[in-house]
Amino acid sequence: MHYLPNILFAIALAIGFGFFAMNVRKLFRNIRLGKDINRTDNKSARLKNMLKIAFGQSKMVRRPISGLLHLVVYVGFIIINIEVLEIVIDGLFGTHRLFQDILGTNFYGILIGTFEVLAVLVLVAVFVFWTRRNVVKIKRFLSAEMKGWPKNDGNFILYFEVVLMTLFLTMNATDAPFQEAGVGNVISQFIAPIFDGFSVETLHTIERTAWWFHILGILVFLNYLYYSKHLHILLAFPNTYFANLNPKGQFTNLEAVTKEVKLMMDPSVDPYATPTENTENQIPEKFGASDVADLSWVQLLNAYTCTECGRCTSSCPANLTGKKLSPRKIMMDTRDRLEEVGKNIDANGGVFKDDGKQLLNDYITPEELWACTSCNACVEECPVNIDPLSIIVDMRRYLVMEQSAAPQSLNMMMTNIENNGAPWQYNQQDRLNWVNEE
Amino acid sequence: MIVPTMAEMMAQGKQPEVLFWVGAAGSYDDKAKKISRAFVKILHQAKVDFAVLGTEESSTGDAAKRAGNEFLFQMQALMNIEILNAYEVKTIVTCDPHSFNTLKNEYPSLGGNYKVYHHTQYIQKLITENRLQINDETLKGKRLTFHDPCYLGRANDEYESPRDIIRKLGVNLTEMKRHKSTALCCGAGGAQMFKDAEKGDKEVNILRTEDALETNPQIIATGCPYCKTMMADGVKFKEKESEIVVKDIAELIAEANNL
Repeated sequence: MHYLPNILFAIALAIGFGFFAMNVRKLFRNIRLGKDINRTDNKSARLKNMLKIAFGQSKMVRRPISGLLHLVVYVGFIIINIEVLEIVIDGLFGTHRLFQDILGTNFYGILIGTFEVLAVLVLVAVFVFWTRRNVVKIKRFLSAEMKGWPKNDGNFILYFEVVLMTLFLTMNATDAPFQEAGVGNVISQFIAPIFDGFSVETLHTIERTAWWFHILGILVFLNYLYYSKHLHILLAFPNTYFANLNPKGQFTNLEAVTKEVKLMMDPSVDPYATPTENTENQIPEKFGASDVADLSWVQLLNAYTCTECGRCTSSCPANLTGKKLSPRKIMMDTRDRLEEVGKNIDANGGVFKDDGKQLLNDYITPEELWACTSCNACVEECPVNIDPLSIIVDMRRYLVMEQSAAPQSLNMMMTNIENNGAPWQYNQQDRLNWVNEE
Repeated sequence: MIVPTMAEMMAQGKQPEVLFWVGAAGSYDDKAKKISRAFVKILHQAKVDFAVLGTEESSTGDAAKRAGNEFLFQMQALMNIEILNAYEVKTIVTCDPHSFNTLKNEYPSLGGNYKVYHHTQYIQKLITENRLQINDETLKGKRLTFHDPCYLGRANDEYESPRDIIRKLGVNLTEMKRHKSTALCCGAGGAQMFKDAEKGDKEVNILRTEDALETNPQIIATGCPYCKTMMADGVKFKEKESEIVVKDIAELIAEANNL
């Protein structure tokens, strides 16, 4: 019976990490549904981006209030992981505050003291975050796509953090030997008096309960990630690593189109020639994207990384002027559809069964796509380098090249370019008239 | 005004130091044609040996590409590249950030490799090479704000060249709240110029004009023919056209230097 807590702990840990591993596998599988794109070049620039933007939070502080508050929670998250490591080792081997012996009481005191201060700062930050979302009602948290689950998700995460931090502080406050030692209990010494009249046994029970709920809470939270916008705490790192390194104005040139255009323009090609054998069985390339499998894996990774902060949408000229387009919604829709496709694959023994739906129309409407000015404000604003614009353009490509479904005025513009080399109906022979018009 | 074409240059066995890519707006649009002419005057003053493609120039395909028509874009690109390469063009300057972006970033992988300048970068270069001076008396003390074109700013990270030149004009530059990387689009990019806006509660150019009006300017400076049109329309909508002029930086330099 002596080893029962250790065994229970090991089982809890195994279940927690087991589920997490399963979800991570699903995540990988879904992201791999995307088309191939080479993002392994220029490793040093990519690493630098990741360190600066994800690890260093460089783009978060563009908005100082939320940026600094986020920094507190982020640093808290990173550093408190040391505490979690201790809890895991203690739990498995039945030790108590093992690091105290290893690191020496003084250094351990500094460490735990820092955690306690961070825990309080996190609580303060979380309170402000909650107020911003629910009381002050900052505009970017009120958009149409933030109704229902996304709004609740945002609040759940905050409640989770409150619970975890409170448990951590309670655990320390009720740890009699820890309080007696008096090193590192910078905050918990002020909570300890609440439990003054309690017997040693009751204190110990509360301490153990807080300890257990703290680690179980962390395991639950770990598994909550996959279903939540909070996945960004993991994916921000690969996402910034694999992000586009080219100038933001540079759109991809579709290679399949290049081949066809070059054939079309080559005077030596026999237009009546029968196709060579190896081209016969080729599935004709689909131009642009109408569903998640037409997007690249980086775009799908983007969708899972999005934490729905809405900085993109709050800087989008179309959204600011009341149009339906919201770059955040583009990312949320992409993730929702990808999840749907993933579940479809799971339910059908590993193969996708046509469900009569796609990203286009069922999630994202042409009206949204056509409202984009391609100004790159959303890309610039994203704190983790998500690129909603690339998805918008890929879907426009599908609308235009596969469905000829551009707005009439754009069709006229394109006809003009084709016929007279300008978007307006002017004669190409008049192209130099401006010289003599003064 | 003398504007030699590449064909004429070639006939004389000459190779100009730079090709001026005029662009469709710069060739046909009344407001943009003024920018083209102002820039040519600047090139003449700096004694730059330049030429244009003239009737051999065709749309870069930018608007088609942003609209999603990759076929049309690549056809235009390959046609233009064929001509540019036939004339052995090495350096290009353009007053249109959209052409600038497309020529600089999207032509190389299709076989068109050139050193491409936006006109504000080229003017900046002419100044540092002591080939051009800007008179800081003519516009001295005028209140000016600068609207960053998306395809120069965010798209290509060029925020300083236009500002460096503006400072040389002796004007009083006040930045809008949203400027440089946080600048708001004028509403014309991504082929919006050629279509009606989707349903909303405001036009983008009106919102951007309001940003500009907050700085109480006498001049709204731009570096893009489409931005110029959008901002000028916005100023007109606000009935401020008697107090505020919307001009491209090239026009301001031509004015400052009495060209």
